[in-house]
Amino acid sequence: MLPLKDKDKPVVQKLLSAGCCARCVLRFCCVSVQAAYRQPQQETLKELHCFIGDTTDSGAAKSTEENKDEPAEDPPSKRPKLEPSLTGAELDQGSTAEKLKDEESQVCVVCLGILQELCDKNQAIKIVEAVKGENYEFDTLVLSVSLPAQLCVREHSCWLHVKTQLREKSIILGKDDVIQVKEAFKWIMQSLVAKELGGVAVVTKSPFEVGVEFTHPETDADCHFLYVSNSSNIFTPGLFFLSHYPCPPIQTTTRCSAQDVQCLHTSVFVAGRYNKFCRSLPQTPWVIDGERRMESSVEELIATPIVSAFRAQGFNFSSSGREDVDVRTLGNGRPFAMELLNPHRSRFNRVQMKQLQEKIKQIKVTHLYYHREAMSRMKEGEEEKTKSYTALIWTQKPICSEDITFIDGIKDLTLEQKTPLRVLHRRVLAVRPRVIHSMTTRFLDPHHFYLGLKTQAGTYIKEFVHGDFGRTKPNLCQLLKTETDILELDVEVGWKPLI
Amino acid sequence: MDSVEERDTEIKAPSVIDRYYTRWYRADMKGKPCEDHCILQHSNRICVVTLAETHPILQDGRTIKSINYQISNGCSRLKNKVFGKSKRGGQFLTDFAPLCRITCTDESEYTIYSCIRGRLLEVNENILERPALLLEKPSTEGYIAVILPKFEESKSITENLLSREEFERVVSKRSVAVQSQP
Ligand SMILES: [Zn+2]
Repeated sequence: MLPLKDKDKPVVQKLLSAGCCARCVLRFCCVSVQAAYRQPQQETLKELHCFIGDTTDSGAAKSTEENKDEPAEDPPSKRPKLEPSLTGAELDQGSTAEKLKDEESQVCVVCLGILQELCDKNQAIKIVEAVKGENYEFDTLVLSVSLPAQLCVREHSCWLHVKTQLREKSIILGKDDVIQVKEAFKWIMQSLVAKELGGVAVVTKSPFEVGVEFTHPETDADCHFLYVSNSSNIFTPGLFFLSHYPCPPIQTTTRCSAQDVQCLHTSVFVAGRYNKFCRSLPQTPWVIDGERRMESSVEELIATPIVSAFRAQGFNFSSSGREDVDVRTLGNGRPFAMELLNPHRSRFNRVQMKQLQEKIKQIKVTHLYYHREAMSRMKEGEEEKTKSYTALIWTQKPICSEDITFIDGIKDLTLEQKTPLRVLHRRVLAVRPRVIHSMTTRFLDPHHFYLGLKTQAGTYIKEFVHGDFGRTKPNLCQLLKTETDILELDVEVGWKPLI
Repeated sequence: MDSVEERDTEIKAPSVIDRYYTRWYRADMKGKPCEDHCILQHSNRICVVTLAETHPILQDGRTIKSINYQISNGCSRLKNKVFGKSKRGGQFLTDFAPLCRITCTDESEYTIYSCIRGRLLEVNENILERPALLLEKPSTEGYIAVILPKFEESKSITENLLSREEFERVVSKRSVAVQSQP
C-alpha cells in the first residue's frame, strides 16, 4: 500500500491529469518511503488510480465538492483521462487497462522520463557495463546524477499548478518537502546497480563516483525566459513565472537521453624519498624553444611506473625543494609526494609497494607508501631549515691544504645574496641575507678541494662559490683571494622531514 | 703558477661565463675607435653589459678617477628600481642609451652604452666604491649593468652585435693596421 493520506487525493488527481508520472506524484506527495519508488511504476500507477477511485466510497461528499471546481480550471485535453478514474470501481476493466497503458507510455511532463524507463534494470545494466569496461578496483561506489536544468523549471511549474488550483482547499504543499528527482532516482537505481555489480555497496559516500548525465535537447529552450528576466529570484513572485511559462508544463514527445557514464576515483597520494646520483637529470621535462633538452627527468622517472601501477589518469608531483640538473641528491633522500588523479587501482599491500619502488630506475626511491587523503604537510618548497652540501671546488691559484684550513674555522658567516642572475628572469630582484653555519674542507690537489657546507635553506651555493659577478658577498673567491669555481655539487638530505 | 696544470683544468671546467653565457660585442661604439663593449647573454636571456678587454679604459695602465651613473640632469641610473617578478618600473633602454660616464685620471672620458634594448635591472654599485674592480675584473665583478630584454626580442637584440669570432677578426685587423703604420 502506498503511504498516502486522504488529503493527498486532490493532489494526486491534479498531478495525474497534468501528465505526471506515478513516481513524480509520490514525490509531490512527499512520500519518503524508498520502497514505494522501487516498485515497478506500472504498479504504482495502478495503485494511485485505485487510491483516487476509492474516494467515491469513503470521502464521497468531499470529493464531489472538489470535483465541481474542476471543469473550469482543468486543461481540456487532460479532462477525458481524469473522468473515468473518478468513478473508480465501477469502471470496466478493458478501458482502465487501455488508459493505464496510455499513461505509462506518456513521457512525464516533470521528470521527462528520468523516473520512468530511465531508472529501470536496463539502465542499471548500462551503468554497470560502463563501470566494468573501465576496469576499476573498488569496494563501494557512489552514484551521482546530473539532470537537465529545465527540470527545475518544469518542477516549479507543476508545483505552482497544483498550488494555485487547490489554494482554496487549504492544501499545504511545502516545496521543500517535495522529494527531489535526483533523490528518487538514486533510491531506485542504487539497489539495482548494486545487484548488477554482484553485491558491491552503493553508498552515499565513496571514493569511487559513477556519474550519470541526462540531457533533453527538445526542451532546452524551457530555461531561456530565465536569462531575459531582470528579477533576481524568478521563483518567488510566481506572477512573473506564470506569465512566461505554461502551467502545468507542456507534454513532450521525447524523454531524456542518457549521456556516457563517467567514472571517477578520488585521488590517491603517494610519498617517499628519492636519491639522485646523476649530474645530467633535470627535475621536470626540460624543453627549450619547443625542443626537448634531456632524455628524462626526476619527475618522469618516479612518476611513470607509479602512474602505470595505479593506472592513474594523471598526476601532480611535488617535492620538498628541488636540485639543479647537475646536482646530486644524497643522504636520506629528498621527500616527495604525488597526487594520482583518477586511479583505477588503489589498493597495494606492503610487498607490492616494495616491488613498485624497485621498478623505479636511475633514481633511487625509498620509503614509498600511499595514502587516501592528501598529505597536508607536503607543500612545494617546504624544506629543512638547514641544508647540507658537498661541493667540488676549483681554484685558479694553486693551493696547499694549509691554505684552506682556515675555512673550517668560519662559523655563521652571513652572506648578502642578490637574486642570482641565473634565476633573475623569473624571481624578484632582492638582496637576501643568508647564513652559512659551518664549512669543512678536504684537500684534493693544488687546484681542487671538497667543500662541505651547512647553510640556511635558500642559500645559493653556486653563487657563493663563484661570486655571481660579485653579487654574492662575501664569496669564496674573496675568502681565498683567487678565482674559484664549482665543478660538482651534491645536496645531503637529512632525516627530519619524513612526511 | 703552473700553467700546464691550469690549462688542463680549464679544459675540464670552462668558466662560469663560458658555461652559461654567450659573448656578444659592439666594436668602436658610436664610431669611437676601440671603444668596444661586451654583452654577456645568459641562456635565460638576461644580459650583462661589460667593457671589452680592448676598451681604451683598460689600456696603457689607465686608472679611473670617477664613474658617474648620472647620465643627464634628469636621469640617474642609480635611481633605477624594479619591482616584482615582472620587473616593473625599470628604465627602458635602447641600443644607444648611455649607462654611465667614466673619467680616467688622464682626464679622458668615456661613455658606456646599453648596446641592447631592454629593461634596466641593476647597475653595479660596487665599482663606485672600488673603481679598480673595473680594471681588474672587467668581465665579472667589474660589470656595468644588468639588462633584461623583452622575451620576444631575446634573439633579435643581438642581431646587430658581433659574435666572438667576428669581434676577434675586427681586433686582429686593427693590430695589423697599427703595425703597418710607419
Ligand atoms: Zn516523472
